[in-house]
Amino acid sequence: MNFDIMLVLPELALLLVAAALFVRSIAAPASTSPRAGWLPTASIAVLAVSLFSLGARGEMFHGTYVVDGLSQLFKAAIAAGFLITSLFTPEARGVDEDKRDDYLMFLAFSAWGLMLLSSAAELMTLYVAMEISSYSLYAVIPLRAGNRNAAESGIKYIMFGAMATALALFGYSYILAAHGTAYISQLAGLDWSFAGNPTAMIGLILFLCGVLFKLALFPFHFWAPDVYEGTGNETAAFAATLPKLGAAAVLVRLAALLKPDMEITFLLALFAAVSMTLGNLSALVQKDLKRMLGYSGIAHAGYLVIGLAAGTAEGLGAMSFYAVVYLLMNMACFWVVCHLRCDGRNPVYADLDGLSRRAPAMALVLAVSAFALVGLPPTAGFMGKLFLLTSAWNHGYAWLVIVAVVNTALAIYYYLGLFRHAYTAESADSTPLRDRSWMGVVAGTAMAAAILVLGALPGGLYSMAVEAGTGLLP
Amino acid sequence: MMHYPVLSVLIFFPLAAAFLLMVLPLTEDAVRRYTFAVGIAECLLALPLLTGFQLGEAGFQFAEKAVWVPQWDLAYSLAVDGISLLMVILSVALLPLCVLCSWTYVGKRLKEFHICLLLMTTACVGVFTAMDLVLFYIFWEAMLIPMYLLIAVWGGPERRYASIKFFLYTLAGSTLLLAAVVGLFHQGGTFSIPQLMQTDFPMGFQTWVFLFMALAFAIKVPMFPFHTWLPAAHVQAPSAGSVLLASVLLKMGTYGFLRFCLPMCPDASLYFAPMMIALSLASIIYGGLVALGQTDIKKLIAYSSVAHMGFVTLGIFLFNARGAEGAVMVMLNHGIVTGALFMMIGAIYERSHSRELSDHLGMGKYLPAYMGLFGLFAVSSFGFPGLNSFVGEALVLIGAFEAKVSIGMLAIPGAMLAAAYMLRLGIKMAWGRPASPRDKGWSDLNTREWAYLLPLAVLVVYIGLAPGLTLSVISPSTGKMIDDFHARTTVVAETPEHEAPATVAANTLSGAEQ
Repeated sequence: MNFDIMLVLPELALLLVAAALFVRSIAAPASTSPRAGWLPTASIAVLAVSLFSLGARGEMFHGTYVVDGLSQLFKAAIAAGFLITSLFTPEARGVDEDKRDDYLMFLAFSAWGLMLLSSAAELMTLYVAMEISSYSLYAVIPLRAGNRNAAESGIKYIMFGAMATALALFGYSYILAAHGTAYISQLAGLDWSFAGNPTAMIGLILFLCGVLFKLALFPFHFWAPDVYEGTGNETAAFAATLPKLGAAAVLVRLAALLKPDMEITFLLALFAAVSMTLGNLSALVQKDLKRMLGYSGIAHAGYLVIGLAAGTAEGLGAMSFYAVVYLLMNMACFWVVCHLRCDGRNPVYADLDGLSRRAPAMALVLAVSAFALVGLPPTAGFMGKLFLLTSAWNHGYAWLVIVAVVNTALAIYYYLGLFRHAYTAESADSTPLRDRSWMGVVAGTAMAAAILVLGALPGGLYSMAVEAGTGLLP
Repeated sequence: MMHYPVLSVLIFFPLAAAFLLMVLPLTEDAVRRYTFAVGIAECLLALPLLTGFQLGEAGFQFAEKAVWVPQWDLAYSLAVDGISLLMVILSVALLPLCVLCSWTYVGKRLKEFHICLLLMTTACVGVFTAMDLVLFYIFWEAMLIPMYLLIAVWGGPERRYASIKFFLYTLAGSTLLLAAVVGLFHQGGTFSIPQLMQTDFPMGFQTWVFLFMALAFAIKVPMFPFHTWLPAAHVQAPSAGSVLLASVLLKMGTYGFLRFCLPMCPDASLYFAPMMIALSLASIIYGGLVALGQTDIKKLIAYSSVAHMGFVTLGIFLFNARGAEGAVMVMLNHGIVTGALFMMIGAIYERSHSRELSDHLGMGKYLPAYMGLFGLFAVSSFGFPGLNSFVGEALVLIGAFEAKVSIGMLAIPGAMLAAAYMLRLGIKMAWGRPASPRDKGWSDLNTREWAYLLPLAVLVVYIGLAPGLTLSVISPSTGKMIDDFHARTTVVAETPEHEAPATVAANTLSGAEQ
């Protein structure tokens, strides 16, 4: 039997949520529809189902769809990310009222696509899953009430995305032509060196373009700051975190092809080094917080790839660990940034002034997430970085480790800027700033707590991540 | 006697107290009393360290160990030896004193201020007791954030510049320390400090690790070319911040040299010793000369710290027993004396609202108690015999002359400069002629000020007159460290010299035969 419903419970649960939102969006008269108050509850259910099926293992559809440690870990993380999104945008503020249900539906579909992506074990399946998640995002990016720039960023995202996926499809054809198969498990043992099989190697590079675009790694990073700046604050939070998780899952799965001593791995390591340096240097001069986070995301994409370069189960585990931690810390940072401005405009550094007085809880969450993003102990960001660096050192990538630690020193300035404005700058405006929904506060606090707890006790999650890595690289 | 994990308690008690303070709705006065009580309790909890420490034992004591992240062999592992014990006690003892000296000094955001003090204590004790590299690094970095806040929120007018400079400088240095930590794990196979101290690493690797670590530690100390953050931070920080900075934070750098550089990279330490000694001498002389020209009292003390820490690094890189003992002794004494001087400057700042020397002339007549104590600390600071600093500096100088007469001769002018700038300061403050010779109406020391200065004054005299007990804590550990160092450098230095030519010869011969 090639289909087992017990294996795809998380996907099914999320699909149900998306379908319900779809029904709402066509059924309810737009102006009278109250916000989807049941969505957080439904998201909790999806997360519960995902956690329940963490242990599920199996293969479906003739081996194109694999349920293993990696996919289940990432599905749970995606479900958690979707839950957080739904908690802090239950009203989808910043989106025109009549489009709110569509907006939430697209987010759900995008997350669903990412779940499929983390299980795809064949290049075409992978491609289709990637497109499902991308198309939904294409639609969501321009949805921002009263803002023309959003349309511009939407166009940018679609053009870049279409370009990258076209390259990926082209690369796929080369791979198929060179090796005659698209199953990752079969491709793993084959020759991917330039000398041995140039067609296949070029095909793989082109195919990776599609993934790197999602990850916003150099040289496919141009869209990130512009899109984050143009789109709504909550949308940016989603687009900056969950798709990266999906891309990280794909890269981990493709790691079986990328041996540490190959040209293509070196190329990826080089991209990672440039990505970190470029992202951090550009972030230094930003004034708009979302642009800054966009560049910081580019730098973090670079850190993630370090684990891939190591080419060991520990490295992949470190990469998965860091991807999950990145979701938490970036979401937490975005949560604060989203709520700085009541009018939905883009927040700047000055909006943070006096935050420790106006909203102590938010300031604390911001401090925790900013220091986690730098990689300062005792946060999970530090542990993630330590694991990544430790795994990469021994495999000829000591230089990458040095580049990464030097980058930490670069990055501290702008993350410290967040902290400095929130804690030491005084502001004339001393009215308390509050998240209007208590659910958002719960989500923000829970994320900060999770960052600290994972920083102190990273063992559990890391062993799960390593187990996922060992499954792929025995 | 009660048995409990002393070191863990000392680390986590202030942390728990900080969390409690965060949630308790206390009035301003209650916050001060609460933190003071926590400080006293912390000191009492540290008593077993004094009673239970085995004198004459060179190894690590009070060891605690628990598995932390098994995949990477990370352990939660704590211990102290003669080098770190006194630093731990100093860190703990400073907490109540810092609360007392900020009682009226700090007026805004009181709760956050005291939370920062408590977090600092946690991090400082952690740094000196951690026996796992990652744990050490965590405490090392964790101390940055509260210290940054102390300067940036409660500091002087240029606090923004000073705090950012402090943060960027120290963090930039310690990122390469992280690379060294990762590298040591790969070469040595463990993060455990005692095990790594026994591992022999190849020379090329030692060179890199030494340089990475030395940069982080030299910035923290601070040694001569990396010292520029210190005067800015000291001048802008509130008194409690300056006290912590001078008494504990600077010692972390020299502690790092003693604990990591010498045992883990002995050959590289030997190789770079001339450079380190030169930089130390430069720190001593440069710090003294610049201090001589200061008109800002706090800046003067800050530069004097650069000079005194130069004595510590000098003592460390002499590689003899007297030098190492003296280095640890100076670390302790500088912590006591400079901490006290910064407290006194904070006390007078509350009266005059100025740090300029010219505003504090001729106070001997009106504030006899204040000037008396200030004089004691100032005289001790330049190493007057019979007071505590003399013991340490004398030992370092003995070590220097033992190692090489020229080094000792070069260090002597530094000691003389110290007398020059400290006496200049003391004479002007006590007998200088103020512009308007009137009683400014400043009151002399009150009970609270006596309470935090007296313990330090007693220590100054006690250690000065009877250094035996302190030395018997320090000597076994430093002696063992120096012995290990010499045992390992001679072995490693001799083998390649004898082997290499033999190997070359053998290869040549075998090639010729074919």
